[in-house]
Amino acid sequence: MGKVLVHRGPDDRGIFVAPAEGREVGAGLSHVRLSIVGGADSAQPMLSADGSIAVAFNGEIFNYVELREELRARGRNFRTGGDTEVILHLYEEMGEACLSRLNGDFAFALWDGRQRRVMLARDRMGVRPLFYAEHAGTLYFASEVKALLQVPGFTAALDPLALDQIFTIWSPIAPRTIFSGVSELEPGSFLIADTGGRRISTYWSLDFPDAAEAGAPTDENEAVQKLKALLEDATRIRLRADVPVGACLSGGLDSSVIAALAAEQVPKGLATFSITFDSPEHDESGFQAMMARHLGVRNHTAHCSEGDIAAIFPEVVRLAEKPLLRTAAAPMLKLSARIREAGVKVVLTGEGADEIFAGYDIFKEAQVRRFCARQPDSSIRPQLFRKLYPYLPGLQKQTPATLAAFFGADIAALNDPLFSHRPRLRATAAAKLFFSGDLKAQLAGYDATEEMVSSLPHRFARWHPLHQAQYLETRFLLPGYILSSQGDRMAMGNGVEGRFPFLDHRLVEFAAALPPRMKLKGLNEKHILRKAMADRLPEAIGRRVKQPYRAPDSRAFTGAGALDYVRAALDPRHIAAHGLFSPNAVCKLVDKCNANPAPGFRDDTAFVGILSTQLWMDTFAKASTNAEKAA
Amino acid sequence: MFEMTKQALRAFMVESFLFGEETGLPSDTESLIGAGIIDSTGVLELVAFIEDRFGFTIADTDIVPDNLDSIDNIAAFVGRNIPNAAAA
Repeated sequence: MGKVLVHRGPDDRGIFVAPAEGREVGAGLSHVRLSIVGGADSAQPMLSADGSIAVAFNGEIFNYVELREELRARGRNFRTGGDTEVILHLYEEMGEACLSRLNGDFAFALWDGRQRRVMLARDRMGVRPLFYAEHAGTLYFASEVKALLQVPGFTAALDPLALDQIFTIWSPIAPRTIFSGVSELEPGSFLIADTGGRRISTYWSLDFPDAAEAGAPTDENEAVQKLKALLEDATRIRLRADVPVGACLSGGLDSSVIAALAAEQVPKGLATFSITFDSPEHDESGFQAMMARHLGVRNHTAHCSEGDIAAIFPEVVRLAEKPLLRTAAAPMLKLSARIREAGVKVVLTGEGADEIFAGYDIFKEAQVRRFCARQPDSSIRPQLFRKLYPYLPGLQKQTPATLAAFFGADIAALNDPLFSHRPRLRATAAAKLFFSGDLKAQLAGYDATEEMVSSLPHRFARWHPLHQAQYLETRFLLPGYILSSQGDRMAMGNGVEGRFPFLDHRLVEFAAALPPRMKLKGLNEKHILRKAMADRLPEAIGRRVKQPYRAPDSRAFTGAGALDYVRAALDPRHIAAHGLFSPNAVCKLVDKCNANPAPGFRDDTAFVGILSTQLWMDTFAKASTNAEKAA
Repeated sequence: MFEMTKQALRAFMVESFLFGEETGLPSDTESLIGAGIIDSTGVLELVAFIEDRFGFTIADTDIVPDNLDSIDNIAAFVGRNIPNAAAA
């Protein structure tokens, strides 16, 4: 199983086996290591001093230095200088309660020989992945599903409900995955498996104050000082490594903040990395260069053309292990290759700031929709939608009444728990039009948004509307798409570890408790972050309006230069063979996209979604079928 | 005439927005935006189709849901502008 995950850990490999005893369960741990903290003495799986506990661990415990000191003060002896051993000691003392002490991005499997049980655990925000499946009475687990597919007799099959969820939310709703029979351990939770079966518990979840408390007076200057201290510390502990740590520079506010904080703490000079594009609407190289000059660092760039996206997209799908509705993961794979080529295997990024400080357009959009709903006949208010999306030419040409209709700015919708996300969910789900009759019949009217609503915590209804929107974004899109398809998978595809200071749980909890007006002030997103970091950034970047990270979508694959694999994947016979989409409709879509390099949102979404689903089927479902035949 | 206009509109929508999938066509009174049939680009395609097919120019101020957000509304809007619309 470990062999197929060697891209995640090219530096070392190890195995631990605890055979079953009588009716008591046994366990096997296989580990591939990306060596970042600790030398050869930190090889894994690592055993406790008495040999009764073993751990295989992916990720980092950033506060391991403080925890080690604390444990030493209580008389514990350490054999290594790394973070893995801290988990063993802390677990010996606290059992599963140790998770609340860990500040890190981690997924680990721990065998407790004293209790003859396995514990699987995952970090709070879902940075590191962890999947599991039961097959023939045995529980298997791994960082990527492709390892589970090595289990003899275990084959990949597509879960239709997960596909419906992807074509609505961009990601399956955890614990469901696109692989039928494979579950994902949800962020902030742990699983215990022993002779009594398996139990999953939550040790952390995102919470917000009640709406009535959210507006309580808070001193903004005090909050700014607290934010500065937390962000500096979150960055400081994420620079801990025995290898050089770099930083990504997108040209936007968030990555510039992190690069600035990191540069202050890396005396030898920080290496930074950026992605550049041909098309002006995607390229941010001007701002990247400005920030690099400001910091006095050498910025390494990776250029990503439309041809590059098309060329590496099958590999992107293989690494992401799920259908994608956007190509934005592809440039991230090119970027991680560039980082690794420069000899760096750890990078800090600005990921998470948009979720915790309300940076995304969707938060502003929901605010404008509420504003419009209060005065439905206004012809002035809906014009704010144009201001929100200056990069969408189609919207600029719409009348106020049409804009209001597009964005569902009606008062009746205000009680919808998914109010903030409903236009995006609706626009995305329009691509389900291409589902085949058979698939529609299997889905039997299933609605992924109803499942979203039913899975919301009871306290959701008490939160401020902005906090509800932040929760939806952080719960449903961040771990399954941003941190996974665009994050961990593309970075680890080249053995690079991303670290995200904004997702330090202390900062997440601090930001959640802030009054909404300190995050989204009018239509100025991330207000408090801008205020706290203004003196560390060039003014043009400190004041820059959020530009969503995007990449060319269907147009990367269409036109006269379309690659053979694209033609093959979208060939009507191939579409019919997998049975998921209507061959006739897909044929017309391909013709339309070939004729028009700038299709609308739905057509772009559908094109990339269908292509990636076909590639997923070819890569995983077909490969499984072949393996089965060979066996 | 009204019915013929609606037939022309349905045929256009099935071909342009539903890629031949007739089952996805909403009822004549249903919101096309609400049903996800047209997005911001789709509205512009619809306007171009009406102008080409029925031979009149649509003022920016007429591009509003009251005129364009259902098959019935569009047919009525076309009828007001071109009394013999369906024959065009």
